[in-house]
Amino acid sequence: MADIIHFHRVSHRYEGVGDVLSDVTFTLAKGEMAFLTGTSGAGKSTLLKLIALLERPTRGQVMVNGQNIASVKSRQIPAFRQQIGVVFQNFNLLYDRPVFANVALPLVIRGIGHDDIGRRVRAALDAVGLLGKEKVMPITLSGGEQQRVGIARAIVAKPQLLLADEPTGNLDPNMAKEVMELFRRFNEVGVSVLVATHAVSLIKKLPYRVIHLDKGQLSTRQSPEMMEKTVDFG
Amino acid sequence: MISAKANAELRPNFLSRFAQGHAREVVFTLSRFYRNLSGALLTCFVIGITLALPASLHTMVRNINAVSYSWETTLQASLFLKDSTTPAQAQALIAKLKTRPGVADAIYISRDQSLAEFKALSGFGAALDLLESNPLPAVITITPVKGVQRPVIDALVVELGELPEVEVAKLDRQWLDRLFAVLSLIQRLVLLIAGVLGLAVIVIVGNTIRLDIEAKRAEIVVMKLIGATNGFIRRPFLYTGLWYGLVGGAIAYGLVFAAVFALSQPASDLAALYASDYRLKGLPLDATLVMFAAGIVLGWIGAWWTVSRHLREIEPQ
Repeated sequence: MADIIHFHRVSHRYEGVGDVLSDVTFTLAKGEMAFLTGTSGAGKSTLLKLIALLERPTRGQVMVNGQNIASVKSRQIPAFRQQIGVVFQNFNLLYDRPVFANVALPLVIRGIGHDDIGRRVRAALDAVGLLGKEKVMPITLSGGEQQRVGIARAIVAKPQLLLADEPTGNLDPNMAKEVMELFRRFNEVGVSVLVATHAVSLIKKLPYRVIHLDKGQLSTRQSPEMMEKTVDFG
Repeated sequence: MISAKANAELRPNFLSRFAQGHAREVVFTLSRFYRNLSGALLTCFVIGITLALPASLHTMVRNINAVSYSWETTLQASLFLKDSTTPAQAQALIAKLKTRPGVADAIYISRDQSLAEFKALSGFGAALDLLESNPLPAVITITPVKGVQRPVIDALVVELGELPEVEVAKLDRQWLDRLFAVLSLIQRLVLLIAGVLGLAVIVIVGNTIRLDIEAKRAEIVVMKLIGATNGFIRRPFLYTGLWYGLVGGAIAYGLVFAAVFALSQPASDLAALYASDYRLKGLPLDATLVMFAAGIVLGWIGAWWTVSRHLREIEPQ
């Protein structure tokens, strides 16, 4: 299977709210990078939650890396999530421990050996330009730096799929550009990336496919300029 | 450097993974314990007092037991002679008894001596004068050799009771048997108290860990988001519970030690009044080990119980 993410007629309904996603079908090919756009409340976060198994779809089928997520039992969820790197809008760092321990966490969870952890954490920090900040406490870093720590943590275990939910939402434009550049570089070395964002101005000039959600439905409403640049591996 | 390669080849074998993971948790939880030292010690102190109570009661019972067993060897047996036995026969019997193994001394108390003693001690002197004949038997008091065990003495007393000159043989041990009965009752009581207080330790640790979990709610959510198993998330809390129990046990040991130290002088003074050189003993080694083990196990159980209950509720939204 060449798709890392495959949604087939997926709907999701929150009790008392109604359909947040309705009849969504799309694929993300292995090695592809795409943006997920839409106004807040359009269902971007819900879509990502379905992929990371934070929510189960009400209807339809979700396949992640060839696995139907309906078949993942709740005690298999940790192992399932380990395949995915996730970057959050609010960084979700652990502020009681230094940068090194934060980035090392996914490796510790997997039971990676001590020596390998040191080597790979430094490599990940190097990739996000934070080498030398291992011993610093995250709270003393700027927002952009904290987000880069979050990205280092997401990629340190070499996941095949990287999800990001509004990764630039709390950052100023310059930092946001750097962060997007990081995603682009990881994609170049083979990681599939799906970034949910409403920062349309930021991604306009980037040559990636845009998946646009409007009130829970996939919309084809894209600027001609963007349609041109759409790259579809699927 | 980023590639979608599997991590399998980097994972060390199970044993070394296990050892490394636990070593990391030991260091991590101990450093957290140290950072929150005053709060953690407060909890440990409560656990310490809870463990010290049954431990000190146990120490007390053990000491009383030891003293009573030392009295056991100072027991005397009384042979009440038949009225038909003449003083001469009694003297002959004494000579024979003194050669028996296990008998240290034998003293003859004639009927007249018994009467005089009874008159002097009982306060019924005048009433006894009214009696025509002396109702008291002659007695031979046997002192067993020091250090002879109870069963041997019991057998000796039975054997002496069957002698033709002897009506009844009795060991003066009733009061001691009563004391032992009371002591075994107290010992059972100590066990019950220990059981109830053990539950208290579980609740204390459980409650402390519950607050700990509440404080780390966000952290647990993050852990779950990046794929940590429940076992992984549970582990630091279990270690924390274990440290509480262990340090609580150490504090309990210190408390018992201090109590024994404080009581040792008055206790030796009391012993001296009874012409004994008995020294108060501290918590014996086996009980000390049991107390530490109880602290560790109860702390761990308390943590397990709480974490299992609360971990399921905390899910990323």
